[in-house]
Amino acid sequence: MVASRAIGILRRFSNASRTLRCPGYICRNFTRSSALLSRTHINYGLKGDVAVVRINSPNSKVNTLNKELQAEFIEVMNEIWANDQVRSAVLISAKPGCFVAGADINMIASCKTPEEVRELSQEGQRMFEKLEKSTKPIVAAISGSCLGGGLEVSIPSAFDMMLTGRNIRADRAKRMGLVDQLVEPLGPGIKPPEERTVEYLEEVAVTFAKGLADKKISLKRNKGLMETFYLPGLTSFAMSIPFVREQVYKRVEEQVRKQTKGLYPAPLRIIDVVKTGLEQGKEAGYLAESQKFGELAMTKESKALIGLYHGQVVCKKNKFGTPQKEVKHLSVLGAGLMGAGIAQVSVDKGIKTTLKDATLGGLSRGQQQVFKGLNDKVKKKALTSFERDFIFSNLTGQLDYQGFEKSDMVIEAVFEDLNLKHKVLKEVEAVIPEHCIFASNTSALPINEIAAVSKRPEKVIGMHYFSPVDKMQLLEIITTEKTSKDTSASAVAVGLRQGKVIIVVKDGPGFYTTRCLAPMMSEVLRILQEGVGPKKLDSLTTSFGFPVGAATLVDEVGVDVAKHVSEDLGKAFGERFGGGSPELLKQMVSKGFLGRKSGKGFYVYQEGVKSKNLNSDMDSVLAGLQMPPKAEVSSDEDIQYRLVTRFVNEAALCLQEGILATPAEGDIGAVFGLGFPPCLGGPFRFVDLFGAQKVVDRLRKYEAAYGKQFTPCQLLIDHANSPNKKFYQ
Amino acid sequence: MTSILTYTFKTLPSTSQWAFRFSIRPLSCSSQLQAAPAAQPKSKKTLAKPNLRNIVVVDGVRIPFLLSGTSYKDLMPHDLARAALSGLLQRTSVPKEVVDYIIFGTVIQEVKTSNVAREAALGAGFSDKTPAHTVTMACISSNQAMTTGVGLIASGQSDVVVAGGVELMSDIPIRHSRKMRKMMLDLNKAKTLGQRLSLISKFRLNFLAPELPAVAEFSTNETMGHSADRLAAAFAVSRLEQDEYALRSHSLAKKAQDEGLLSDVVPFKVPGRDTVTKDNGIRPSSLEQMGKLKPAFVKPYGTVTAANSSFLTDGASAMLIMAEEKALAMGYKPKAYLRDFVYVSQDPKDQLLLGPTYATPKVLEKAGLTMNDIDAFEFHEAFSGQILANFKAMDSDWFAQNYMGRKAKVGAPPLEKFNNWGGSLSLGHPFGATGCRLVMAAAHRLRKEGGQFGLVAACAAGGQVRHGSFWKVIVLGWGEETGSSKNV
Repeated sequence: MVASRAIGILRRFSNASRTLRCPGYICRNFTRSSALLSRTHINYGLKGDVAVVRINSPNSKVNTLNKELQAEFIEVMNEIWANDQVRSAVLISAKPGCFVAGADINMIASCKTPEEVRELSQEGQRMFEKLEKSTKPIVAAISGSCLGGGLEVSIPSAFDMMLTGRNIRADRAKRMGLVDQLVEPLGPGIKPPEERTVEYLEEVAVTFAKGLADKKISLKRNKGLMETFYLPGLTSFAMSIPFVREQVYKRVEEQVRKQTKGLYPAPLRIIDVVKTGLEQGKEAGYLAESQKFGELAMTKESKALIGLYHGQVVCKKNKFGTPQKEVKHLSVLGAGLMGAGIAQVSVDKGIKTTLKDATLGGLSRGQQQVFKGLNDKVKKKALTSFERDFIFSNLTGQLDYQGFEKSDMVIEAVFEDLNLKHKVLKEVEAVIPEHCIFASNTSALPINEIAAVSKRPEKVIGMHYFSPVDKMQLLEIITTEKTSKDTSASAVAVGLRQGKVIIVVKDGPGFYTTRCLAPMMSEVLRILQEGVGPKKLDSLTTSFGFPVGAATLVDEVGVDVAKHVSEDLGKAFGERFGGGSPELLKQMVSKGFLGRKSGKGFYVYQEGVKSKNLNSDMDSVLAGLQMPPKAEVSSDEDIQYRLVTRFVNEAALCLQEGILATPAEGDIGAVFGLGFPPCLGGPFRFVDLFGAQKVVDRLRKYEAAYGKQFTPCQLLIDHANSPNKKFYQ
Repeated sequence: MTSILTYTFKTLPSTSQWAFRFSIRPLSCSSQLQAAPAAQPKSKKTLAKPNLRNIVVVDGVRIPFLLSGTSYKDLMPHDLARAALSGLLQRTSVPKEVVDYIIFGTVIQEVKTSNVAREAALGAGFSDKTPAHTVTMACISSNQAMTTGVGLIASGQSDVVVAGGVELMSDIPIRHSRKMRKMMLDLNKAKTLGQRLSLISKFRLNFLAPELPAVAEFSTNETMGHSADRLAAAFAVSRLEQDEYALRSHSLAKKAQDEGLLSDVVPFKVPGRDTVTKDNGIRPSSLEQMGKLKPAFVKPYGTVTAANSSFLTDGASAMLIMAEEKALAMGYKPKAYLRDFVYVSQDPKDQLLLGPTYATPKVLEKAGLTMNDIDAFEFHEAFSGQILANFKAMDSDWFAQNYMGRKAKVGAPPLEKFNNWGGSLSLGHPFGATGCRLVMAAAHRLRKEGGQFGLVAACAAGGQVRHGSFWKVIVLGWGEETGSSKNV
């Protein structure tokens, strides 16, 4: 059991690192029962000799494992075990679409010491052990999300069922052996479908529970989780040989280290716990588990990830309220990578989308991109081919402005050229209706400059998407002083429908994200010019926690784009954005080294070739622009901090100048849009956890070597001067 | 080769296994026929419409419907259709040259005879000057054939139309895989030995895996039985209710067969075999026996079993439709008038089989009738659970208000007027041919039981239908308005 439970946690970790949705540390936690007079979370009734236990947290969309719920649960289960009339039990949620979403994050966050968390964990273990050893069969009837502790409530149960899941689809869970039976959601009938589905699930579960108690149904679970999920092909026999086990631990550990770069402590602890459990027996395993869990909950990484979770929740809300008119028809100008990406995330949410391009070739490429994005989902069985076709029918491709009078919103994603944007804006305003919003997808051009030629600047807004649009969760919305509140509300509403996490920032050169990235990129160039190779630089940045290496990032963004941005922002901010020579990017562009899109940048990109090779033609370019490194600030660690502190300093400046409204949005923007290390929680969380004084000290050190570019901003200095000042209280 | 055969066997529908198992079961004699309901005043005497031609059914026949894999198994679809057409010619003695048009419905097409209407018509001795075409609309393909004929007559294009349908589930087109097909086609085009060899070298063993016609809905990938099971659950129809309904269907069919009421059946001398004279799928059992069956689709807790589902069937039907004045001029006494019809469609996932619920109130309104006016209901029985779910939906104000946009329920049809001579569960359901059987059953019942109006409904799905299940209803106005039909 230890093994399978820990695997459950491992899985959750991988979700966390990929989607950053749920912190990887959340585990089960149950506390001592506090005597409650009436039950608010759980009630139960008898259906013949089957006890049906219904979980229903009051005033909440989801059920979370908190102290009260757990206390009531223990109480109810004890009654059930003591009651001779009950021969089996069914656990079910009264909320359609959610069984148990996991532990209450706030409960863990409120713990002050590792011991407190350990206590929570051990209480939980005792409870789960009791469930596991129950003499009466327990069936968990799960509808909807079942995460973390929720899953563990159900795993030890004698018999589980699952309906629709989110992260693991229900049918996959069945194949993995997590679940015994599937119940398909029902359509309209004598009652609303969700209601009747839960009722039906309960009916089926009760029949099963009866069958189990009467020994009419036997459980066949011949495959353990280990074999089916994590270590394919390994039989339990092989696992019984100590040597094989050693090899397995080693392999898993290597893999985890490779994936996490040692930056996330949880997965390694989990392996330890599994090892302890298998080698020294259950008791030792449980003990190790609760201890490690207690330690982990207190780490900086845990705080950073929990902070990101809360930030994300905030950025999934529309603070401008409901817009007057829902956007039903969206038009996207420019079928390039961005335009087609925006179209893709819109059509699959049922928004009628028109994709317009200037050329047939460009349009076809864009349409193919949308189709491919959908078709990849068919290959992964996330969509049926019919659903793909149906979604794709929401997309219309065209070369003219026909039908634009029906548009509720136009998003332009044409080339980053102010004159072109002006031309497009004027053309569009001639054909769109009064209420239609004009949004510009630009990464650096100030929105008020674009809006300057508009007849109705209150309807103009910036919507900065990140590439690839279907994968990157962030949307940066930019409002000018003239943008109306309803326009903002509408843009946020569209973004939320597209599944985005949204930050809303004030207008200015580079807004927030691009502005933070630019000085860091400038530093990247300087470091390269100082003779650090792209590969070395990449490994330095990824080992600091960035998902993509700095040199690779330039290639991915596109050298021409980087050049454009650095020139624009260089003009706006002057010397402070200096560092590397602009000549480097200029020469690369003139040689056609535009990064991945042209096949060559710092690296060479070939279709079908996975390993990246350096572009040898870059050697001469870099040699010609070489700068002497300064020994006192060129250690590996210094290089990492030169990059990060410039980033953090610029972010703080954005908050100081009011570009950013809150530090939380700054952190979300940096992590979700720019790949700022999630384990650090974002620039502002980083300052809080690392210490403002230390950040300022670093900046001063580099300022001494390079000057103004590293001068700490006033806000950081204020924080350094008064240690009680935190971005997050 | 062995592996291919095994595969084919495995995918044989469980219904046919059930068929064998039940073939020796004793008959139950429980009679459930109710006394004819007391005569009620009709809200309307005639459904004739000003300035529109009246359209009549002169007569209709079908060959016996057989479990697939039995006596028809060596034939081709057009053979069955041919037999039905010959039977119609014989029954009506209609001169071949007066037939203006022939339309047949079919679902799973035999690729060699893709226009099966034409092949069958030529083979049955119809004039080679008579055009024929084939239509498909899943289980209501022959309904589509009939209403297409109605359209031709109403618009004055034709006076005499033969409509029918055919299905042969004993043999279905199993194809080579796409990869194999592609290679074979490329081989045809290859000119040199070198090109051929290079193509052949790309051959892989898995190319040989056959491709079976999908039994699942294309749009949702869900099989019909699975959908029916979910539908039954959504309407809380129990297993017992479903078994009871299936038993009723088989018992009534048996009774009708024994009493010789199924007069639309024409005998068919199968080449190389004995003459087939009656349907062979009617097997009344007992609730105990039926209760022992395991669920066929949603395992292990589903409620739809082989015994309460319609089985895979071979069969064909044909019907002679004419403009009223033409029929009368030729001296025919029409068996029924075809009046209003309506096709509706819904969401193919959750409401695949709910068509009658949607179509019934619509067509009644169109005809200006109420449920009380109808004397004979003939609904297609795909599954017991589907019929009972439709009853519950029709009887639910909540459903009518929330899903149909109506103020109140239309009400379930009274059971004593419903499928009194058996239905698709017991008589069988050759997809393309069922529509004509339903219309003839309604016509014959009205004649026998003395009613005036019949209502026919059927559900269909699958195949190419993109956005929903298609249902149709034909209101049969029983001829009070013309003297000639009074005594028929």
